[in-house]
Amino acid sequence: MKRYTAALLTLTLAGCGGVTSGAGDDPDKGPVNIAINAWVGYEANAAVIKHLLEEEMGYQVEEKTLKEEVAWQGFETGEVDVIVENWGHEDLKKTYIEEKKVAVEVGPTGNQGVIGWYVPQWMAEQYPDITDWNNLNKYADLFKTSESGDKGQLLDGDPSFVTNDEALVTNLKLDYKVVYSGSEAALIKAAQAATAQRKPLLFYFYEPQWLFSQESYVRVKLPAWTEGCDADPAKVACDYPDYVLDKIASKKFQDTGGDAYTLVKNFSWTNEDQNLVADYITNQGMSADDAAAKWVAEHESVWKPWIPAA
Amino acid sequence: MTAATAALRGGWRPGRGTLVAVLVVVVAGGYLLLRGRATLPHDNDAAAFRMFTDLRDWVDANRDVNPVFLFVVNYLRLGVALLVGSVQALLSGLGWAGLTVTAGALAAVLAGWRIAVLTVAGFLSFGVLGLWAASVDTLALTVSAVLLAVAIGLPLGVLAARSDRVRAVLDPVLDVMQIMPAFAYLAPMTLLFLIGEPASVLATLIYAIPPAIRISALGIRGVSATTVEAATSAGATRRQLLCGVRLPMARRAIVLAVNQTIMMALSMVVITALIDAPGLGQVIIRALERVNVGLAFDAGVAIVVMAIVLDRLTSRAADRADRTTHHPPSGADAARRPPSGAEATGQVPGDAGAGTRWPRLWRRPWPAGVRRRLSWAGAVLAVVVGALVNGGPEFPEAVRWSFAPVVNDVVRWIELTLYPVTDAVKNVLTAGVLNPLQAVLTTSPFWLVLAAVLGLGVVVSGVRAALAGAGALAGIAALGLWQHAMETLATVLLATVLTLLAGVALGVLTAGSDLASRGLRPVLDAAQTMPSFVYLLPAVALFGASRFTAIAASVIYAVPPVARLVERGLRDVPGTVVEAALSAGSTRTQLLWKVRLPVARPALLLAANQGIVMVLAMVVVGGLVGAGALGYDVVAGFAQRSDFGRGFAAGLAIVLLGVLLDRLTQGAGTERKSA
Repeated sequence: MKRYTAALLTLTLAGCGGVTSGAGDDPDKGPVNIAINAWVGYEANAAVIKHLLEEEMGYQVEEKTLKEEVAWQGFETGEVDVIVENWGHEDLKKTYIEEKKVAVEVGPTGNQGVIGWYVPQWMAEQYPDITDWNNLNKYADLFKTSESGDKGQLLDGDPSFVTNDEALVTNLKLDYKVVYSGSEAALIKAAQAATAQRKPLLFYFYEPQWLFSQESYVRVKLPAWTEGCDADPAKVACDYPDYVLDKIASKKFQDTGGDAYTLVKNFSWTNEDQNLVADYITNQGMSADDAAAKWVAEHESVWKPWIPAA
Repeated sequence: MTAATAALRGGWRPGRGTLVAVLVVVVAGGYLLLRGRATLPHDNDAAAFRMFTDLRDWVDANRDVNPVFLFVVNYLRLGVALLVGSVQALLSGLGWAGLTVTAGALAAVLAGWRIAVLTVAGFLSFGVLGLWAASVDTLALTVSAVLLAVAIGLPLGVLAARSDRVRAVLDPVLDVMQIMPAFAYLAPMTLLFLIGEPASVLATLIYAIPPAIRISALGIRGVSATTVEAATSAGATRRQLLCGVRLPMARRAIVLAVNQTIMMALSMVVITALIDAPGLGQVIIRALERVNVGLAFDAGVAIVVMAIVLDRLTSRAADRADRTTHHPPSGADAARRPPSGAEATGQVPGDAGAGTRWPRLWRRPWPAGVRRRLSWAGAVLAVVVGALVNGGPEFPEAVRWSFAPVVNDVVRWIELTLYPVTDAVKNVLTAGVLNPLQAVLTTSPFWLVLAAVLGLGVVVSGVRAALAGAGALAGIAALGLWQHAMETLATVLLATVLTLLAGVALGVLTAGSDLASRGLRPVLDAAQTMPSFVYLLPAVALFGASRFTAIAASVIYAVPPVARLVERGLRDVPGTVVEAALSAGSTRTQLLWKVRLPVARPALLLAANQGIVMVLAMVVVGGLVGAGALGYDVVAGFAQRSDFGRGFAAGLAIVLLGVLLDRLTQGAGTERKSA
């Protein structure tokens, strides 16, 4: 409603002049716009921050469900104030933080991100040496599917995910073909089916992820990551590094966000905290709001220090 | 492709059949000799991709500087934001009770009391499903997009009806708008109009406006020349002619155009949730992210209900408009253009409203004028009462029902029990048909494929169609997407064949039995309007992340219109022909194969053509479930900044594939009719 009035106002005021792309958005202390990237761990962060902003600090929060990169574009246009779980994205940081100067880093969320190759628990039990990449070629036949032809299949996820898998397969001389599932949901569904139907599956996955609170998957060891081993994307032959997940805000929000910005800056919790909230959302049928309220009620000592002193 | 077409055509025309056979032998020989040479391997850094990405960067940099943006694009965004805001404020301002009553009253006046009951029940069901607010958001976006589509589409339709030149320019543009996958223009839309409602409404507009233009043009062209002449000789001016004669007489077609626009818009507003449009799409996307099919199903049901209510409301209104004018647009002409209007979404004109009976009470004692005034007065009264009751923005929490637990249980059971069967089907068809087909297409020299298309086109559809098809192929090569396009083509061809098999079987079944027809209709309606996102995940569980999952999704989506067209074609076979065959001693089987199917050939060919267009629309969705190729390129272009150019080019390549397949099959249909 507020934005509607703002748009109306701008339209009348603008008369015959040109208007900029951000026109129509409330210029002063509007709601806090949190981007929601489509995975539950992210939603857990956002829900808790939203709950604290609204219930403890009296702010109004708007959630915007967007793909990661689209959310970054929102910094420029003023549609997005914060991203509350960012995985790397050095290229975007370069574009929006260094070059365009419309975004700023707001520090880590406290969560450690892990990316790697996984197999279902039952496979690790049945073929104990499968979790070492050196043995993957031996088992390639198991992973053949209609999509991988005469090679084994390595199932990847959404196109926006950070991945070196094609280079890894080539450089480690693996007898595998990378098949892109195209979405996180399809990847999770394939993983679930691999457990339920005892179907062999080697797939790209990551933690923290709510699926791990339901079923076990075992990470396959790739050659250890060392500083700089992944510098040239085409020559990568080592595992993924651990990611320090962080928060990104628009420059505007840093300058004018006041206490809301300070809360986002102070927000920092553990993987266990996030998995707990994510578990409430996915496995216990709670809405994100209810899950956040439950966690907040139970963990006052964790979030109390985040609230800026009045 | 060649083999299938040859088989399809072979029996009827020996001369043509021989030509096709010779062509097949020559091409097959060429393939065996030259396989693997002059292929165009995929390169993720093709020149065309870079060009589009550069264009994107330019727009990004000039958004707040360039006059085109300052004076046109940004104003458009503001204006649309204003429109959506007003509609949204109006709809949610009425409260749940007010809106339900208003919708019911409107339905009662426009379409009769049965539809009013349906409408009220439908609106209440949104609340019961716990989706009231989301449904109102979706409705607001749909209404905004449809208002714009009609405001722009109707004048364009009038122009296209009056001038062949305008029509010649519009036709290909409309074709592109309909075949271009929505995903492919979501990214450019956010580039121009940023994320949120305005971009969503404009994207929906692009997708939904073609039927508004085409059907209204058709209706106006259908106004009989004698009537127009009579009016002219009575001294009517051009303006009087348009407003007093043409538009009123085309009323039915215009209402039908609105109906089709609504259906298209509804299927699009779900997808625009990906650019932060509010509403049911958001619910579905959240549910997907939790891999909770049941939750997505609830939202899908709300969409289906909304579609059915709006469809019945407008098509019944169209029937009633028809009673006052007695002038239906000619069905055969309506059917010709493939992605056009009615047929594009499978809503066959007149099929929605079985009868237009009014309750006796209303019919008898009052003259028409009084009756109309009375019903309007009643409607206004009802709306005032509803608005006063209001009921607030949220539906009472006490009344709730969700399909989620049941659906999740059923889906789990299906996934576990059917998996061995579906997996086997997938493996057999993939190894036996899909892989060989794809291998032939991707390892043939590109010029051999071009020559084959050209040759086949000339034989089947004439020189012009052949040139258009070959031109489309050349365009794909120029975009740098040959390899991926050939992979997609293989998937699309198999999906089309399966769609036709299922569609013809269902069409024959429903044409033969009114009971089957009535029983299957809601199922077909639901299959068509249920957002594909809802059934994608069970499909992944059954078929794995694979091309075959994409094929399964396309078949579900494309079968309903094919089945409807086949049914109508069979039912339209003149009774005299059937009688003649029966009296000559035909059995039921002979009657079907020797008489009814051959006579219904134009309808069957149209169904094939339509099936292809629908299957193409699902290519991108396939990219989300492991089908790769062009669909994945488009998805990647949307998700990944650096892949923008590739995604956009892939969107264009899908359009070109559509042009190719459309020209070839459409040509076959027209030629046959004139022959």
